[in-house]
Amino acid sequence: MTITLTEAAASHVRNYLENRGSGLGIRLGVRTSGCSGMAYVLEFADESEADDKIFEQHGVKVLVDPKSLLYLDGTELDYTREGLNEGFKFNNPNVKDSCGCGESFNV
Amino acid sequence: MALLQLSEPGQSTVPHQHRLAAGIDLGTTNSLVATVRSGKAVTLTDDDGEHILPSVVHYREGGVEVGRKAKEGAASDPLNTVVSVKRLIGRGLSDLKTLAGRLPYEFHDVDAAVPRIHTVAGDVSPVEVSSEILKKLVKRAEESLGGQLEGIVITVPAYFDDAQRQATKDAATIAGFKVLRLLNEPTAAAVAYGLDSGSDGVHAIYDLGGGTFDISILRLNRGVFEVLSTGGDSALGGDDFDRLIAEWIMQQAGIREDTDHSTLRHLMQIACKAKEALTDAEVTKIEATLPGGSSWQGELNREQFHQLVDPLIRKTLGPCRRALRDAGLSAEDIEDVVMVGGSTRVPRVRELVGEFFRTEPLVSIDPDRVVAIGAAIQADVLVGNKSDNEMLLLDVNPLSLGIETMGGLVEKIIPRNTTIPVARGQEFTTFKDGQTAMAVHVLQGERELVSDNRSLARFELRGIPPMVAGAARIRVTFSVDADGLLSVEAEEQSSGVKASVEVKPSYGLTDSEVESMLRDSIDHAREDMEARALREQQVEAERVIEALTAALADDGDELLDDSERNTVEAALGELAGVLENGDQSQIKAAIESLEKRCEFYVERRMNSSVRKAMSGHSIEDFE
Repeated sequence: MTITLTEAAASHVRNYLENRGSGLGIRLGVRTSGCSGMAYVLEFADESEADDKIFEQHGVKVLVDPKSLLYLDGTELDYTREGLNEGFKFNNPNVKDSCGCGESFNV
Repeated sequence: MALLQLSEPGQSTVPHQHRLAAGIDLGTTNSLVATVRSGKAVTLTDDDGEHILPSVVHYREGGVEVGRKAKEGAASDPLNTVVSVKRLIGRGLSDLKTLAGRLPYEFHDVDAAVPRIHTVAGDVSPVEVSSEILKKLVKRAEESLGGQLEGIVITVPAYFDDAQRQATKDAATIAGFKVLRLLNEPTAAAVAYGLDSGSDGVHAIYDLGGGTFDISILRLNRGVFEVLSTGGDSALGGDDFDRLIAEWIMQQAGIREDTDHSTLRHLMQIACKAKEALTDAEVTKIEATLPGGSSWQGELNREQFHQLVDPLIRKTLGPCRRALRDAGLSAEDIEDVVMVGGSTRVPRVRELVGEFFRTEPLVSIDPDRVVAIGAAIQADVLVGNKSDNEMLLLDVNPLSLGIETMGGLVEKIIPRNTTIPVARGQEFTTFKDGQTAMAVHVLQGERELVSDNRSLARFELRGIPPMVAGAARIRVTFSVDADGLLSVEAEEQSSGVKASVEVKPSYGLTDSEVESMLRDSIDHAREDMEARALREQQVEAERVIEALTAALADDGDELLDDSERNTVEAALGELAGVLENGDQSQIKAAIESLEKRCEFYVERRMNSSVRKAMSGHSIEDFE
């Protein structure tokens, strides 16, 4: 079971954490909602839960709860630019199909 | 797939329901848009990577161009290119006449309240022009964020009055955007530096742009910024620095003052470059092409530069001193000085301002972007992206709001510096018997007399049931919403008749007049007090004359013989005479003397009315 970050994603996370002034790392997860089943959670993390799996890469801690990990295993978190828009992108090998915009997905 | 941003713990949004918001610095020369991404406020760029959008709108047949391309049109097609529309927004035609000498546009006085500018694409109002700039910025934000904005925060100068604020809000509304709040520019700059989460204290915001200078003194009090005072110079900025350098080059190179326009423009450009180079370098080379094709080379070092610009920088300190005095403070009371505007990049400006306020100015945020960044932070909070709503920034109304009462006096309903939103009411009554209508005159300002304050609106409450003077109960309610916009309602309590008004962008004042309103109220405090006392006495005298005249008409013939009637009428005439020209104490004395001389008549009237009431009744009826 593993989650990875690209260097671009990690450097943005480090930058945002520094700007925020506090935080352990970031939390990745999934929850059921949206138009196609599941939706991603991407948040700052201030504390870890007992069951959390913690991955560390490029100096960034990534916290994932064990239930979400089932859906996220093998995911690479990237940071990209599309036109004027920029942000984080989940490259998740488990996704079978997603809604048109890709904000929610099915496994 | 969609690109995501980091949220605060527990604040992840469900898909397609991102709470997107942006802050907009709608400037006179340039505008910017900023948003909070993953907890960090950034200004957004256009396709070419430019943060700044020139606030220029070019109308062509069948199209509108906003920004850099429109600016290029300013030289070739000035009549259809609107620049500096912020100077016009919310102003009535009479205000524009004073400005219009400096403006190339043709104004169409269709509706006197809202002047329109004639262009090839039809007549446009300043609100519509501003609306085009907002549309361009919101489009940029929506493309950058990948979704529709839930709302925007727009910044306005602290000295903007209600009409100018309403017009700015209208500009967003007609473009179809929701304005979360209008935020004072200096407040936004303070928020960008996080001063609102610091301890209570007083801060100065020093804003030196290309063509204008503003100084604001803010006090943070339990999370709320109040604007203590503002000041500035609407014709002083970085362009003047360039002009001085250009003049210096002309002197050195022996260029005559009446040289052609393109040489002057060329010199202004290299002067601006030299100024920017001296931000980091001790000395800079200057190469100018002279009329006739030859060239001139020279060097300008920092010391020479300082000699040139020091008088200008010192000129900004005058308004700073006045703003401090207006706020009743001295330079030592200022905790932080926030630097805003591109011209504050000049190290000498920072140095002299730092010396004046005896503190190192805050410069870590790009001074061109700091206002937009503060607005974005505020917008982010207002759409609910902060975990515990840690910041709910409130504003205060900058000038007192009130209504006109008898004798041309102002009754303040909402005093200045009240935190908004706020609603306050007060009861008024009728002045004359059988009065069925009341004029409500809404005023803004600190002075005691109507004529010294700013008239915002007038309306009439009609259909008051006829009653004796003083019996009607008319409740006047003032409410100011979160953007500082005012609505006034008057309601007669027994019948429920109502009338109301919202302040519309039809009146205006020049910047300096708005700024001086506060100062005047302090300078004229004693005068005003005396004027109020005099007017109150005059109103009292008028009331006495009115009542006595009515009584004479009613039962004068019945109760008074000729000589008695002469006494009463003489006393009346005396009071009327003193009322014309007398001072407060003379009028007071005349009223007292009249009351004394007419006492017998008042007594007789009372007895007579008692007799009338009792006649035909036996004593038992009253037991």
